[in-house]
This record gives sequence, C-alpha cells and structure tokens, in this order.
Amino acid sequence: MTDAKKEHSHSKKEIDTVSGVETTGHEWDGLKELNNPAPRWWLWVFYISIIWSVWYWVVYPAWPTFSGATKGAYGWTQYKKLAAEQQEIKDRQKAYLDKFEKASFDQILQDKQLYAFAVAGGSAFFKDNCATCHGTGGMGGKGFPNLNDDDWLWGGDIGTIYQTIRYGVRSKHEDTRVSQMPAFGVEKLLEKEEIEKVVDYVLSLSDPQSAAGKDLSEGQEIFELNCASCHGEDAKGSREVGAPNLTDSIWLYGGDRETVFKTVFYARSGVMPSWVGRLDDNTIRELAVYVHELGGGETGKVASTVTAPDEATESVPEESVTAPEEQENGQDEAMPDEEAPENTPAPVQEDDSNPVKPMITLPNESEETGQEDGHDGE
Amino acid sequence: MSFIKKHEKLEKNSILLLIGIIITVLIGGLVEIIPLFRMETVIEPVKGVRPYTPLELAGYNIYIREGCYNCHSQQIRPLRDEVARYGHYSLAAESMYDHPFQWGSKRTGPDLARVGGKYSDDWHVAHLKNPRDVVPESIMPSYSFLARNGAKIDDLDQHLRTLRLVGVPYTDEMIENAEKDAIAQANGEAKMDISGLTQRYGENVNARDFDGQPNLVSEMDALVAYLQVLGTMVDFKATEEVEEAAP
Repeated sequence: MTDAKKEHSHSKKEIDTVSGVETTGHEWDGLKELNNPAPRWWLWVFYISIIWSVWYWVVYPAWPTFSGATKGAYGWTQYKKLAAEQQEIKDRQKAYLDKFEKASFDQILQDKQLYAFAVAGGSAFFKDNCATCHGTGGMGGKGFPNLNDDDWLWGGDIGTIYQTIRYGVRSKHEDTRVSQMPAFGVEKLLEKEEIEKVVDYVLSLSDPQSAAGKDLSEGQEIFELNCASCHGEDAKGSREVGAPNLTDSIWLYGGDRETVFKTVFYARSGVMPSWVGRLDDNTIRELAVYVHELGGGETGKVASTVTAPDEATESVPEESVTAPEEQENGQDEAMPDEEAPENTPAPVQEDDSNPVKPMITLPNESEETGQEDGHDGE
Repeated sequence: MSFIKKHEKLEKNSILLLIGIIITVLIGGLVEIIPLFRMETVIEPVKGVRPYTPLELAGYNIYIREGCYNCHSQQIRPLRDEVARYGHYSLAAESMYDHPFQWGSKRTGPDLARVGGKYSDDWHVAHLKNPRDVVPESIMPSYSFLARNGAKIDDLDQHLRTLRLVGVPYTDEMIENAEKDAIAQANGEAKMDISGLTQRYGENVNARDFDGQPNLVSEMDALVAYLQVLGTMVDFKATEEVEEAAP
C-alpha cells in the first residue's frame, strides 16, 4: 500500500491528453488507467438500495436477536399474509358460501346458482383429493369404485354420499362405514370345491352363459347359506352393509373367474379415508353434490336411512371400467386435523353443522360385503 | 466529497480493506448463524410429534435410498394455493426428527408432507407397483420390487442408537425392541400383540399388514408405513394458538 500511495502522489494530477480525464497513475506497458468516476445512475441505485434496506429492517422482521428476531413495525408474518389471502377467497365466495352453508341438500339441488357453485367447487376439490383413486372423471379403477354409474355400494342419494365422504369406509373414524366379508377360504368356512361352486353360481347371475352345462344347484345352496344374508336372496346386494349387487356385470375387483374366486377366498376390504378433519364441511358438501351429479346420483331421501337394498338398480353402468359406487378405498388413518384447503385457517370443524345428517350406520357383523364388482363385462 | 475521500483511503489500504471485509462478512454470517443457536425459538412447541417407529424408519431409509426426494418435496409452504392443495402448511417441528430432513427442493411429483392417511394402503401398494394403474398420466417409475424384498429390520436398533446420538429421543427400551416393534407393526393387532409398540410410540401408531402379504415384512410394508404417518402426527386443534404466536 505504501507503493500505491507513492504512485498515487507521483501521478497526482496527471491528465490524459486524449480524454482529458485524470489517470490513476497505474501504468502497464505504457497503458494508463483512467480514473473515471462510477456512473451517476449506478451510484444513485446504490444509495437508494441502502436507504431501502434500512426501511426494510424497520418494517419487516429482519435482524436476529437472542429471543427470536426483530418483529418489524407492522408485525408482518407469512402466516398473517396467508390468512389474509385465504380470507380474500372466502370473501369472494361469500355471496354463495353464506347461502350454501345454510341450505339443505334439497335446497341446493333446487337452486340453480347454489348447485352450479357446489358443482364447480366440488369438481376442483375432487381433482385434488379424490381423483387419485377414483380417476379424474370418477371412472374408478380396480378396487376403486366408478362414481359415474348407477351402481352404489352404500347408497347414491346425496346425503348418503355425503356421509361416505365424511367418515369413509373402514376408515379410522369411529363413525366410519364398516362391514367385512369373511375370507371364506382363509378362514376355512368353505372348502375349495365349495368356493368353486359358489363362484360358478355367482358368475351365472350376471352372465348365464358362463355356467352353460354346469350344475348350479349346489352353488346356489351354498350361496343361500353363506352369502345371502348380506348379498340378499336375490343377490342384489344390500346397502346397509355395502354388499354389492352380484347380478349386474359391474365388478369392483374384476369379474373373471379367478378374481371372483380370490374375492371369495381372501375377501376384500377396500378402505376409503374419512375426510372430516382434512376437508371442511362446506368442501365435503360440495363434493357430495359433485359426486351425486356425476351421473349416478339418486334422488330421494336426503337425510334418511338407507335405501332399500334392492331398489338399486341393477346395473347399467356405462362404461366399462368399474364399479359401483361410493367410494371405498382410501385409507384409514387418522389425519390430523388440518384445515381445509381454502378458507381460513380455521381449524377443523366438528360435526354439527350440516343440516343433513344421513344416518346409516352399519352393523359390523355382516358377513360378506363388498367386494366384487368392478369391471364389467358388458 | 470528504466521504468519497475516506472511501478512497479504505480502498487503497489493503489492511483496512481486509478489516472492512471481515466485519461485513461477520455481520452477514452472524445474521444467519445466530438463529441456529436459538433453534428453540423457531421450532413451534407443538404436540404429537414423535420419533419414527422402527418400521417407519426403515421406510424412511428406503425413501432416501430410492431418491424419492428428487421428485417429491415434504414441505407445504404457507402460500394460499399450496395450503389449498396439500393442507396445513408444514411446521418445523414436524421434521425435527428427520436426519436428514426430506424437505426436497423440486416437485416433479406432488408434495408428500401430508400424504399420510390421504389414500388407502391398497392404493399406495398399487401405485408403487405400477403408478400408471391408478394415475394414468403419472411418470413415476415402478417400484414393484419393494413388495418382493424383505425389509432390513435386523439392524434397526443400530439406526435408532445412531439417531439418538444426534438428539432423537429413543429410549433404551425402544432400541432393544426395535426389530420386534417393526414386525409387530407390519402385522397389526389382528395377528400379533402390539401393546409394546403402542405403549412405546402411542396409540395412534398404524399397525397392520400394509402390503397385503401377511408372511413378509417387506420393503413395501416399511415404505407405506412411513408414507402413512407423514404429516399426521401433529394435533392441529391443540396447536392453533401456538401458530398464531409463531414467528
């Protein structure tokens, strides 16, 4: 540095003859460095950013302290910002949401505006939460019911759908829908040959040709003794226990012989998670309306007890894929209650709110249940 | 002008400049480092977060081994859209027992911070075996081999012991019973006595046959057990006020 100082003093006042600018006195092989000042605009940006940073320290949380950090003049936090943004969405929906909250499902179905609101919201929530199992268009998949058809495991009126979404099927929630088909093979309730026979019989219900040349009487007897208590004498299923209709060609896990055999041998117990805690009540209601609207929604008793077992349609599904209804699958597990997607950070609500309280609770003792369905063979 | 002159002095004296640089870097460093020494001021004291069970830990190890974090994040930021899609934003406490944490930095697939309980075990198994079976547009690779591989559970006690060194509160009893607990969790109440497991890790532990193969504690069991607990530990009802006060 002393060198620099010296050089500097030596060259003080040396003016470059071409540009008329003072030089720094540094010279490399005859080239001299001009001592131009930093551009004015650059300096201004520099000074302004210094001023800005001081403002920032004051207004926003900035400096760490031993007990956390400076809070900033207005106590800004990202959580407050989030809450404000969520509130903004809520306010935007307020015109509908207020009405929606108070309306019963019947009223919603009759009010075009509310209905459109619910379907639009439900559609968005469906994609985020339900489509993963039930498919983007609700067409389902193996083990995950098709929501477009008229075949419902637990019932297809809107109140019933609502309850299914809310509490799930075989979920961890205490109000979950529960039923369990016995594993006839594993638990040695039936011999292998007996299962073969009852499978023949069951397959013949939806596809008479499958049994051509076989004697079904034994299978039928086995069915009546073991299966009819849930699936019904007529095999049309029972929604009280989520037992599927076996006379249609809609299969949840597949309708080929091997799959149906496995179903009877090992039993099935698809799980649908309960959403009460994870989604808020308005969201669940929007979803119920949306799923109901998908195609297979039934009218009728919104708040009542389940529909009679067989009124259900026999089949008629549309496409091929899968099955009956309602959601199943999912898992149980408890979710923490977090809040629902949109809307405030408000925590989970507890149940009460809705007007509609479907009620179905099913016995657990049923013997078989749900399972087969899916896939149909047209 | 005098200000400019002083600046010139600083620039032309290398010792002075060096000291100036050191002071500046120190300030920047302290601002970033001090909070680390005061970690307790940034981790919300929430209830419910517990160390992973041995089986979940085995799943966590598989999660890392397979590089899941390359495509999946585990942090829901407090942004409106993110909260709407994934649920409550992540809290620091939720990953305090992760060593290393799995926040990730890229989302080719969705965030998994709260995937626990969102789907059924069956779904997870079907999805891991062949993602296209359940999500036709998925580009995730197939992990069907997980169902065939037995999970490495005989050395879990050592994993627990190691984690204890870095502050995860595993007890001697937990370490001793690590392998047993893993087996119990993968079998569930129906088939085994899980009282030891629930007594050590809480009543809410998911204990069941996750992968549908009753005779094998597979890597699938472990990974699904891990996925099913993600984001489910915190009791948010009890936590609200804390959040309000959170920095």
